[in-house]
Amino acid sequence: MMLGYAGKFLEVNLTTGNIKDTKLDEAVLKDYVGGRGLATKILWDRLGNKWEEISPLGSENVLLFLTGPLTGYFPGGRICVSGKSPQSNGVVGSTVGGEFGVELRCAGYDGIIVTGESKKPVYLFIKDSDAEIRDASHIWGKDAKQTVKILTKECRELLKKRFPRYGEWKEPALLYVGPAGENKVRTAVVAAKWTHAAGYGGYGAVMGSKKLKAIAVKGTGPLPEVANIKKVKRLIQLVCDNAYDNELWRRWGTGGGGYATGAKTSSEPVRNWQDEWHDEKSYGVDKFENRVWIKQYWSDFGCPTCCLKVAMVKTGKFKGAITDNPDYELQAYLGPNLGIFTPEENVFLASLIDDLGLCGIQTGNVLGFAAELFQRGILTKKDLDGIELKWGDTEAFGALAKKIAFREGIGDLLAEGTYRAALKIGKMKNVDVLQYAVQAKGISIGAHGIRSEKDYPDKIAYVCSVQGGDHTSTAELPLDGSGSELWEIFNDSGVYCNFNSFGVKRNVKLNLYKAVTGLELTTEEWVKTKAFRILQLQRAMLLLGGPDLKWNPNTDDANPPRFYEPLPSGPYKGKVADRVKVEESKKKYYEEAGWDDNGIPTSETLGKLGLEDVDKALDKLRH
Amino acid sequence: MPTVKKEPIWIARALSKCSGCRKCEIACSLTHEKRVWPEASRIRVFMLVPGLEFPHLCAQCEDYPCVQACPVKALSINKKTGAVIVRKKTCTACGKCIDACPGRIPHMHPTEKYAVICDLCKGDPQCVKVCQEGRWNVLTKVTRRDQPYKLYARTPEELTRDLAAKMYGEQGEEYL
Repeated sequence: MMLGYAGKFLEVNLTTGNIKDTKLDEAVLKDYVGGRGLATKILWDRLGNKWEEISPLGSENVLLFLTGPLTGYFPGGRICVSGKSPQSNGVVGSTVGGEFGVELRCAGYDGIIVTGESKKPVYLFIKDSDAEIRDASHIWGKDAKQTVKILTKECRELLKKRFPRYGEWKEPALLYVGPAGENKVRTAVVAAKWTHAAGYGGYGAVMGSKKLKAIAVKGTGPLPEVANIKKVKRLIQLVCDNAYDNELWRRWGTGGGGYATGAKTSSEPVRNWQDEWHDEKSYGVDKFENRVWIKQYWSDFGCPTCCLKVAMVKTGKFKGAITDNPDYELQAYLGPNLGIFTPEENVFLASLIDDLGLCGIQTGNVLGFAAELFQRGILTKKDLDGIELKWGDTEAFGALAKKIAFREGIGDLLAEGTYRAALKIGKMKNVDVLQYAVQAKGISIGAHGIRSEKDYPDKIAYVCSVQGGDHTSTAELPLDGSGSELWEIFNDSGVYCNFNSFGVKRNVKLNLYKAVTGLELTTEEWVKTKAFRILQLQRAMLLLGGPDLKWNPNTDDANPPRFYEPLPSGPYKGKVADRVKVEESKKKYYEEAGWDDNGIPTSETLGKLGLEDVDKALDKLRH
Repeated sequence: MPTVKKEPIWIARALSKCSGCRKCEIACSLTHEKRVWPEASRIRVFMLVPGLEFPHLCAQCEDYPCVQACPVKALSINKKTGAVIVRKKTCTACGKCIDACPGRIPHMHPTEKYAVICDLCKGDPQCVKVCQEGRWNVLTKVTRRDQPYKLYARTPEELTRDLAAKMYGEQGEEYL
């Protein structure tokens, strides 16, 4: 058995109710590691020959919850959720923080593979090697906080009944969907706690399509055995010391960004990216800290950073709203992006979004998109079911978010996500509204713009990424450099929090991989072979796409049109993405990635990596 | 290594500051089991309601009801540190110490037949070290005096209820 791995996967068929243990070849684990890499491989092996016909929201889709060998060891526990994405129609490795990955590994599993679909709402309850499918009709329709409350109580009572002499049972870890996931909203999340979210990819909708409300897991065993525990301890300490040395990062998390990313770097979405600059001091991190953060250092398993916060509104109209953080992304997308500049309003919307089980980034994106269409008179009050969607009207945005989660009226259309909604509205109104859609290949752009060139994403960050607009997996040249997407693949395949890896050298990560698994892994081997192979596979499935959408690299490997409009204000007024330079970089990226002029991986590239079957499948896309 | 003065100690606890990082569980299980093994940790972080995480560990009650309740004398008090020591070979995992504990703090080892209770790491508690190192300071080592330590042996439900009132006010009731 491989060190660092629990050694088996739980496979659940929701159509038949069959549950079994599955093993994967050691060679596969060595090449694809875990999480995102392994998801790509499992999906290709199981669905590759009919990928284009697989409906992401149909029973044939395979839904994956995968840990990696570093889960629980590298500080900051996460789990990777994947499957065929209802947003990009490719594969997204969507990770979420929390205790789930650690509990799962302590239960003896490296991951869960869910196939089929249930007729009735169910949840999966796992206690070590015992797994059962349980009725979830009593929690179907419940929001995040109610779901967590009911399931925590129910599962603890079950454990107490079954093991009466054990003592007090700690709560199991939960992953679940809110109403948005149940209603197959494409911007629905898979949530943990209240709520950390796996948002990119839209896997909440996939869970909902399978009528899988939640998974609860309690593992009582140790984390899988490692090759060198002393070395593991030493490397964990190194990662922690790196975090302890950065007190402001711990104190503020990403919450400093709501103000600074606008005021300092001019790269924050303001009113659907019509601007990226603001200087609203009402939105300062001090305001969040002093007015709404009631717990300032909040962590997931083993995390020294505590970038998370618990926020609660204690006064005024939005009194009682509770959410985590909001982190920078939600500050931005449910704040300035909607013309909102106070912590209380932002916390209210984030809390609502959490409760509904929506992705704050991508729902914020589609809300901003709708508001711009209202501003331009393309969507009217009547189109919006009587909502006057004015910038800064927090209650109006809240009302529309509810409609999206329940697919009511205009919400049904916007529940398709920005790109698909833009296609439909364009047809309906006979206007090109794609020019206002700030997304890449079906995935909303994270809240980091490129026009000022002062933020981290490169001009082709979203153009060439295999996960579209995902700001946690951006493309950068050189492909073998430390800022390349290949290292995001490492984080998402080892499955730990990339926020604890800032300032940590690549060698430390590779050494930890070695101390855990006993396997040598060099930078060269990772970037030239293993991660490179995962990248090609992700790229191939993204381009095969279908059945409702297909991407053409010539037109869809592109920045949103908005990035070619000059910034209208602020210190970087007039700055704009340069089409010529973007095209040059894109061409260079294709070359380094081994893709042809049309962005398709070449036979030579795929052959070298042993992906001959992928090469064959891509033949039909080649001109 | 500085020599640790052997005197009865206590771990003072500021529960509402707990981040839920569970580094105490990692440190404890590495010390006692040589593995990262959260459920075998003598200190366990509960999160019955998100945001209300807290470590649950032995409070070394003045009258040690668990020691008195043990029918096979598997539990004893270490005079130097004040810790409750479980004699693994003698313990029958009957659970009487759990019932006797006002906080229901002991629990069974997940794979062995004995109860696990904090042994204060012979006077140098590793959970305190990691908590201090990260500047959370939820756990602090203090000298044991004549104080009502038993107050700190409360059940996870009661602690959650208390913390909910402090953190979320009246609204906290909704999440319990």
